[in-house]
Amino acid sequence: MRHLLSAADLDVAEITEILDLGEEMALVQGRPVKKLPALRGRTVVNLFFEDSTRTRSSFELAGKWLSADVINISAKGSSVSKGESLRDTVLTVASMGVDALVIRHMASGAPLQAARWFAELGLGVHVLNAGDGTHEHPTQALLDAFTLRKHFRTQDPSRDGFAGRRIAVVGDITHSRVARSNVALLTTLGAQVVLVAPPTLLPAGVDGWPVEVRTDLDEVLGEVDAVMMLRVQRERMSGGYFPTPREYTVGYGLTRARLGLLRPDAAICHPGPMNRGLEISADAADSAGSLILDQVAAGVAVRMSVLYQLLGGADEGGALR
Amino acid sequence: MPDVTGLEDATSLARQVLDADQVSRACARMAHEVLEANRGPAGLVLLGIPTRGVPLAERLGRAMAEVESTPIPVGSLDVTMYRDDLRQHPTRAPGRTEVPVSVDGAVVVLVDDVLFSGRTVRAALDALGDLGRPRAVRLAVLVDRGHRELPVRADHVGKNLPTRSDERVSVRLTEVDGYDEVTITGDDA
Repeated sequence: MRHLLSAADLDVAEITEILDLGEEMALVQGRPVKKLPALRGRTVVNLFFEDSTRTRSSFELAGKWLSADVINISAKGSSVSKGESLRDTVLTVASMGVDALVIRHMASGAPLQAARWFAELGLGVHVLNAGDGTHEHPTQALLDAFTLRKHFRTQDPSRDGFAGRRIAVVGDITHSRVARSNVALLTTLGAQVVLVAPPTLLPAGVDGWPVEVRTDLDEVLGEVDAVMMLRVQRERMSGGYFPTPREYTVGYGLTRARLGLLRPDAAICHPGPMNRGLEISADAADSAGSLILDQVAAGVAVRMSVLYQLLGGADEGGALR
Repeated sequence: MPDVTGLEDATSLARQVLDADQVSRACARMAHEVLEANRGPAGLVLLGIPTRGVPLAERLGRAMAEVESTPIPVGSLDVTMYRDDLRQHPTRAPGRTEVPVSVDGAVVVLVDDVLFSGRTVRAALDALGDLGRPRAVRLAVLVDRGHRELPVRADHVGKNLPTRSDERVSVRLTEVDGYDEVTITGDDA
């Protein structure tokens, strides 16, 4: 494999290699000269059909800190707004001789489709999935695992890894690519994932997932090592999934009152951007157990690691073969 | 790497050039030389280049600390990302860079096991430049086997070892391999 399309494609060894290298990359972030020459002469294109702040900017920083040339193309202001098809857009960009395409698209499977077109045409472009529809967001899951691994290690250096850890993922599972990638990745690493959502926001087929499904958040909070709050995606919320935002908060928001139900050492994660006061209260987001800013910092390190794994060597690819 | 068909062939081809005692004497001498050249331990920082440069740097550091009764900062400097042959190999997993003190104004002694083409040292100089601006950079190697491809020379050498370019020099260190030894392996069967 020469692409990063899905967290489900990764085995434990590959994940560990990406996270370990991410630790080295994180050290570069603290240096006066934030630059490694490893990807000098490589070109990375961020092709974003959906809005993004942190994913796009962290891929951009990651590429630049590895000395790659990075350009950003967003749907707005590109030929996409003139009606160009996905195929024509990605093949146009690929034909310019770029080395990697970081794709975010509202359609599930768009990056995989792009990778197939490249294979058909014999183009050696690496594809990285930066979020596709409701399918996957593998680098988000990698940075979440990176952040949690570091947090668990700090708490108890004698106990390594995710075996026996219980991690709750709370909120709109149906529309969440973050949830799908995290379920795949954390399960591969040996953690027990607990999905907590109102029944209307649980996807069809969730029974077949390797997870525990619960509907009462209060019951779950005291049982878990970490709680991952998902964003309520207002842009996808036209279907009457819950009566009012207020009611959602009462049932599934991490409110100030619920903070007290968490174990004192439990970690709080959120992939961002947060709707403060809806799925997460300001008290929770800014509490001592919150790893939300660590997640953002980890985003750059983990994406540096992934870019290096894909582009750092001869064209066969590295850990992500 | 020579194309060996069996273990016996491999051992018969390998010729020992330094045994464990000679390795430790070479390290002790180099430790004294570094101190002498620097007129004491002031400002010294030892940075080993992974893999086997790191335990060598630690050994030199310990020997120097014993002589001077003061701790010498020892760290590691990974050069993988700075290599000029990255594109010619599958992706390499980088090692650790751990620099215990600021290198600004320090006298950095780079430590490696074998000096060959000089390309690793060039990469190390680039990596070091991104960490700060040392007052001076020195190079200490256990074995200098010649065949330089770049204008690089070592300041402190454990053993000058004339080799043919197709021969292979292997340094084994207890910390990594379980025993100390330097061998040379010829390509002719």
